[in-house]
Formats: sequence, structure tokens, C-alpha cells
Amino acid sequence: MSKYMVNLKINNTPIQVEEGTTILEAAKLLNFRIPTLCNHPDLSVAGNCRVCVVEVKGAKLLAASCATPVSEGMDVNTNSEKVRIARKHIIELLLSEHNVDCTKCFKNGHCELQELASEYRFGDHIFIDLVKDRDKVRDISSPSISRDASKCIRCQRCVRTCDELQSVSALAVVNKGDHQYITTFLNKPLNDVVCTNCGQCINRCPTGALYERNYIEDVWQAIYDPNKFVVVETAPATRVALGEDLGIETGVRVTGKMVSALRKMGFNKVLDTDFTADLTIMEEGTELLTRLKKALVDKDDTVKLPLMTSCSPGWVKYQEHMYPELIDNLSSCKSPQQMFGALAKTYYADKINIKAENMVVVSIMPCTAKKFECNRPEMRDSGFKDVDYVLTTRELAMMIKQAGIEFDKLEDESYDSILGESTGAAVIFGTTGGVMEAALRTAYEIITGNEVPFTNLNIQPVRGMEGVKEASIKIKNTKPEWNFLEGVELNVAVAHGLANAKQLMDAVKSGKTNYHFIEVMGCPGGCIGGGGQPIPTSAEIRKRRADAIYAEDMGKTIRKSHENPEVAEVYKEYLTHPLGHKSHELLHTHYKVRKRY
Amino acid sequence: MTTTEVLIHDLVEKHGKSRNALMPVLQGVVACEKFLSEEAMIAVARELDLSAADVYGTASFYTFLDTKPRGKNIVRVCKTISCHMQGKDAIIKAIENHLMVKVGETSPDKKFTLLTANCLGWCHKGPVMLINDEVFPSVTPEKAIEIIEEFAKKTI
Repeated sequence: MSKYMVNLKINNTPIQVEEGTTILEAAKLLNFRIPTLCNHPDLSVAGNCRVCVVEVKGAKLLAASCATPVSEGMDVNTNSEKVRIARKHIIELLLSEHNVDCTKCFKNGHCELQELASEYRFGDHIFIDLVKDRDKVRDISSPSISRDASKCIRCQRCVRTCDELQSVSALAVVNKGDHQYITTFLNKPLNDVVCTNCGQCINRCPTGALYERNYIEDVWQAIYDPNKFVVVETAPATRVALGEDLGIETGVRVTGKMVSALRKMGFNKVLDTDFTADLTIMEEGTELLTRLKKALVDKDDTVKLPLMTSCSPGWVKYQEHMYPELIDNLSSCKSPQQMFGALAKTYYADKINIKAENMVVVSIMPCTAKKFECNRPEMRDSGFKDVDYVLTTRELAMMIKQAGIEFDKLEDESYDSILGESTGAAVIFGTTGGVMEAALRTAYEIITGNEVPFTNLNIQPVRGMEGVKEASIKIKNTKPEWNFLEGVELNVAVAHGLANAKQLMDAVKSGKTNYHFIEVMGCPGGCIGGGGQPIPTSAEIRKRRADAIYAEDMGKTIRKSHENPEVAEVYKEYLTHPLGHKSHELLHTHYKVRKRY
Repeated sequence: MTTTEVLIHDLVEKHGKSRNALMPVLQGVVACEKFLSEEAMIAVARELDLSAADVYGTASFYTFLDTKPRGKNIVRVCKTISCHMQGKDAIIKAIENHLMVKVGETSPDKKFTLLTANCLGWCHKGPVMLINDEVFPSVTPEKAIEIIEEFAKKTI
């Protein structure tokens, strides 16, 4: 069915668009930028900030262009005198209830309200300052996310994010009128409510009301301390997004430059979380096969299937809060970040002759939930805090700027060894479907001795931005020790963003599914869309980062985790074999049931 | 199950589990318990599969869905302009003195909470006082105390 087309004029330029298009979208097609604050491409339309008002000829009132669909014959002016005056007043009114301490703000330079204010160059404030002292209370209870109510302009992007994308609703709008504000259940500290620490609210907050708990100074102090040996690990998804905060185009890989910058900043060793991603595949793949064997051969009905991935700490905490009955389905594997920390302060410290107590492990993550994860009491299996500090991609970009490094001029450098080598399978951990694809590449080959039956090892059914993806792989020509899997159809599912995870978990709970293995990433798009990634985010931006991840995979000579030579070396020298005694001690963990309310 | 949980369970049986049921369920709780306790909001959220913050947000929007502990009877005096001009201040003063509370407070015997309200729609017969769901138009300070005393006698 062909769509009905509508003709209208915007700033005297005629345009034809599909019925249902908003004035804002139509103006964008004509390259007229209308400012917005509450509007976000990932979220439903709210229309509450009014910054995007335009004048429609014949209408008595100005229209919020984000919430007004076009109609036939409409004559729109986006920059009339009336519009300009109204917009200026709206921005000034927003500023009157915004704590304007921009120079001290963590989001300084990354604030949409600040940007608008700079466009309009206000002189004196014409409205009285409405920021009350009681608003100036910061909630820094969470190791991941900080909240500053005095910066909040009540656009409700965070509320919509937490509800629509994550199905958590840790934040809500309370009261009404000028008493309205955004808070948690009964104003409890963020750390005491259902917040998963995913940080998606930070990615969408237009001001400094939500920002990550930052550890930049702690990390500099560690680097400056001559008695400390500071090791840094970098997550897969940081290398395809860091450039965005340093003047490089979206979707450009900056792996080599990032390594070079970290070395110049003074880290003693620059290593790769991708290494432990490969290690995760060895451990988790073996865990999957062990669970399948117990279920299919030993007929052990206590075995929990489907197995669910545990790399994403936002997802893990969500599961602990929301689906405690499925908690044993989570893989006992620690996330790659934590496996790295545990190995760094044991095996690696020994190997390079450094005392573990003098070692500081810093991890660069696309994630805010990782900050919470490294503070979990379970994460001290090395005898010390396994990972000391977690920095987001954004924090790293700030530190690179502080260090005076001209990032775009850096030469590519390689990771240190050992714990620096990785495969294409590890890199794709950074995008939704990646852990599943990496696990299948390895598991299928362990079972059959043959490569997974997809062109170039690219398992297309688990790729892409569909909310929930499914795939089935028929296992053929098994090795003798795996013949119980001959002819078995291995059913897998992948979800990203917790709203999609909820849908998948409800299906699993209903008992109508027959999945063996499920990958869930807490953030939309997986880690490339993580809560610690450069701002802004959109479907388009996430796709470009994901494309870069797959390009990095294709560029790797080794693309299967079990072929990582350093992983083999670590097993040979230290861990012996997957799920062995040492692995259990260092690389596996347990989960705790948390209150949903 | 606590009595609150039983109450909420029964209300949900009656009104259903859809999002639309939230308002009547909250109103039902307030009718019995006079306010929404933390426990009640959590129980409602659990029964309706909502987040607790969401329930709190909804409750906080409505003046008559209190989230602070209240007495067995809630006295509300209209504070808007018509009732103001017809002497609502004297009414409030008299009740404050009689119950020994200020607006927003609950009497030590927990029998009464004194609040003000926005327009109750009785401008032609102000000043107006509301006790629970009952309207008392054209009250005088003396009459207000009399009415309150009657409620006090009825309240155990």
C-alpha cells in the first residue's frame, strides 16, 4: 500500500513528505535544524520542553515541531520573530531552574542546554533564579551513576529510557506542576533501588543531571605513584567509539592510536580485555557443552538450560533483581573484565615479577555498570580487588586531552604481551550477537572438528539490530566423544537492551521455548551502545560502530577464540584446562538475589 | 500476608491486573488506610507488575493519594480564594487550637490530620470543610469544632 503524501512549505521551501511525518523531521529533510531537548531518536515523543516550537500560519499557538505531524498545505516558519522570542524565553526559563555552574560541571562541553545557550548568547538573566538549595543535593551513592537534581530540566529522557529501552523504571516523575521532579522510589539513593547501572540515562541526559561516577584523578594518582605498577585493559567496544570524543569520525577504528595514547599517558602495560574475551569463550563454551552433556546424556534434570551469558554487568544485575528464579541459568563465568583482573594480579604479576599489592588494574570500558561490577565483594579472588578502577570511554577521552596528546596524529601501536593477543571472535564481543557468534565458532569446532557452516565464519542470523534474534544450527559429523550431540539442533537466542531481554525472559519462563544458549547484553546494540560510550547515541551511530567491530574482526588473522596462542599458553602454564581447579578459583563467580522492590 | 497485602490482593482481584487498575487500587488502599505506606506501594507494584518508582510517581501526582502517615480522619479546609474571603483562616486557627496541631500534622491520638485543599467546588457556600469524604459547607469556627468532636466520639 502506498503511503499518502502531504505537501507543505517550511520557510517558504515546498516539500512533500509521508503522512505522519513530524514538522521536525520534515524540516530536517530540508536541512533546517530546529533545536530540541526532550526529543531523542531512540525514545517516544514527549513534547514537554517546547524548545522546538515553530510558527504554523493560521494557527493561534506555536506548535512543538517534534510532536506535530505535518498536514496538507501547512505553511511553517522555523525562525520567525515570534518563534525566536518564544524560544529564547523557553531556554531562559529552563536556565532559570538549572544550576548554571557550567565550568565545574562534569558534562561541561557535552551539554545540550549549554550548546543552546551558547547559540543564543544571553546577557543578563531576565527570569529569577529558581534553583533551590534543596535541589543542590547530589546522589553519589552508586559507584556507577551520579545524579545532580539541580541540573535537571525535567525533559524526562531518562525516565523514558529506563522504561522504554530498559523496562526497569528506576526513575520516575513525581509530584506535579512546579513541584515536579525526577527521582527514585521514595527518593531512595540510586544504589538502593532497582537501577542496573547501565548508564543509558546518562547517554540521553541533555545536561549534567546524570553522569558517571568518575575515577580520573584516582587513576592519575596511581600512574604518578612510582611504587605502583599500573596495568590497563581495554574493552572491545572502546576502540570503535573513542575517536568520536577526540575529533575523529564515527565508525573509525582507533585501536592502535588508543594503545599508543595509553602508553604515552604512563600506563606500565597496555593489555587487552579481548584476551580474556577469548578466555571467556573457552570457559563458557566448555560450560555450555558440560551442561548439555549433563542434560542429554546423564539425564540430570537439575541442570539449568538455557545457559545465559554473564558478560554484561547491567544484565546480570537486572537478572538478580527481576528474574531470581533464572539466576542459575547465568553462566558462572566472570565477565572478561573481571577475568582479566583476577589473572593480572596472580598469573601475570608472578610472571613479570611484580607484587600483586603493588599492581593497579585499570579498565577502559564502554560501560558504567562495570564500575559497580569491579566493586562487587565477590570480585577479589586474587586476594586483592581484582580490578581497581573502571573508566568509561568518555573518561579516557578526557584524560587523553588532559595529557596533551594529539590523538589524531598518533602512530598505531600494538598491545603488550602476554594478555594482549586477541582474535576476531573476541572483538565482536563488543556488539550484540558477538558473544554468541564467538561461542558458536568455537563450540561447533570442538564438537565436530569442522568450522561452523557459515560463509567466512560470519554467523549472520545472530547479527544486526533486531531486538531479539534466534538461530538454529544442526550439529553434524560429531567427533566420537561428542556423538550424543549428533543431529541435535542447537537453538540460540540473542537480546540487547533490557526491554528486549524482558521479552525473552518472559518467553523462557513460559516454558514454550527450547533454547540451549542465550546471549543478553544490557544496552541497546550491545557494548557499542554502552552507557559509557561517547554521547550522542542513535541507531545510526550504533550501526556504524557495529560495522567497525565486524571490520576489525575480518582484519584479524585469527578469528576463533580457541586458536588464540596466548590463551593456549596461559592454560598450559597456569590454568591447565577450562573449568579446571584454577579456573574455578579465579574465573568463575556466583550471583545473589536482589530485591525487586 | 500482612493485612495491607491482603487488602491489595483483594483490590487487584476486583479491579484486575492491567495498568488501568492502578488508580482504583491506590484509591482503595487510601480509603482503608488513609495513606500509601512504602509497604503498600511495593505490594501494589508487585501485584500489577510495575516498578515501585512508577507507583510512587502516580501517587505523588494526586493530593488525595497521600504518601505520608495520616490520622484516622482527614480534615481538609479549602484554602482557595472564595473560602479565604469567607474566613477560612479563622476555621483553620480554631481547628489548630482545638486539636493542638498545625496544618499538615496529625493529632497525638492519631484521630485527626489537618490539611488544606484546593477548590472543592463549594464557593457559594464557603468556607467549606471536608472530613474524609463528607462535605461541611458554611462552617463557622464553633461549628467546625462541634463537627470534629462528633467524629472524635465515633472514632475508636
